Amino acid sequence: MEYDLVIIGGASAGFSAGIYAARAGLNAIILDEGMGGGQAATSPWIENYPGYEGIGGMDLMMKMKEHAEKNLPVEVGVHVESVNQSDGVFTINAGSRTFQSKSVIFATGAKYKKIGVPGEEKLTGRGVSYCATCDGAFFRGKNVAVIGGGNNGLTEALHLKHVGADVTLIHRRDVLRAEQVLQDQLVKEDIKMLLNQDTQEILGDDMVTGIRMLNKTTGEVEDHEFQGVFISVGEIPNTELAVSLGAELQDSGYIKVDTKLRTNVKMVYAAGDVTGGLRQVITAAAEGAIAAMSAYDDVKRPYWV
Amino acid sequence: MSDAGADWPGEPVNVSDSEFNEFIGKYPYVIIDCWAPWCGPCRILGPVIDELAGDYKGKIVFGKLNTDENQATAMTHGIMSIPTLLFFKNGELVDKTMGAMPKTALEPKIQSHL
Repeated sequence: MEYDLVIIGGASAGFSAGIYAARAGLNAIILDEGMGGGQAATSPWIENYPGYEGIGGMDLMMKMKEHAEKNLPVEVGVHVESVNQSDGVFTINAGSRTFQSKSVIFATGAKYKKIGVPGEEKLTGRGVSYCATCDGAFFRGKNVAVIGGGNNGLTEALHLKHVGADVTLIHRRDVLRAEQVLQDQLVKEDIKMLLNQDTQEILGDDMVTGIRMLNKTTGEVEDHEFQGVFISVGEIPNTELAVSLGAELQDSGYIKVDTKLRTNVKMVYAAGDVTGGLRQVITAAAEGAIAAMSAYDDVKRPYWV
Repeated sequence: MSDAGADWPGEPVNVSDSEFNEFIGKYPYVIIDCWAPWCGPCRILGPVIDELAGDYKGKIVFGKLNTDENQATAMTHGIMSIPTLLFFKNGELVDKTMGAMPKTALEPKIQSHL
């Protein structure tokens, strides 16, 4: 069977794209390598998605998944290995399965970024973590650091405080990047802050024992004791598959799209975190809808014929 | 030899703290998936484990340990990050992996202990 549209990635962009595509009448399918939900599903708490004053990331994403499933097939546990194009047909290879389609939306999201300092790799899973919802419970009553001053970093810090850890937030600049509401909560929860600090090394042999930091205000290098280090310093977009089809990237590394979310490759679209920008659940969902309608236009009434 | 595992479970078995030691000693090759319900990457790995349990029925038995409910075992094995897979041969820990990974990446690791 040939699909009108295959959506790679089942999270806010992909689910929204699927809902819009299916309702427009496209024969579409969503493929996700995991259970669906993407990075947002690992967020402890989301307070800026309209309609929900506050909701757990997993909860919100599972609601979106159920909504999408009412409209089109959502296949989970499907790891797409390659996408090829020939004679106007895309072939999506996922291990033992292949899918053919007239168009493709890359809603492939992003993965967390490492800081790239000594000790980080070696101590991952030994006190270094990139997911507070996953690993927070192991640090109850312990002294932990969160590195990163953006929304994700602060949300992780608050989550860790709520599970009962003693939390210090570390940021490389002297002002936080996170929205004011989160900064206010941080102060209210009495979370300590170490600002203007460059992380130089994560210390420990078998287990994390601390962080070596350059205090950029004083110019001093200091060791601080911690039993856990949660890293939240940004993300890397998952662009490999789109690039293999010839999609161009922006200088920032995200996929280049026009206002209709078309890439430079005909019948190939991108939506959500993989295109950069605000990288919020709401913007990803909006982009998914736009990408789906562009795919609809191009499949059903191509402007070039 | 091939009949020895005929009765072994072909899907992952939920294991608790109190059953853990008996379980890992009961079969020659046991892999335990340490997970928790609110862990996104665990939910990525979950279906892979389900599939592997079917594929390797009779050769490997897969267990699932909910680390939220079974903190003692998690602590004994020094688990500070999930998902973690613990590989036991004849009751002895022989290997460990951390983080979610696709089936294609996991299978060589599993086979290296067969």
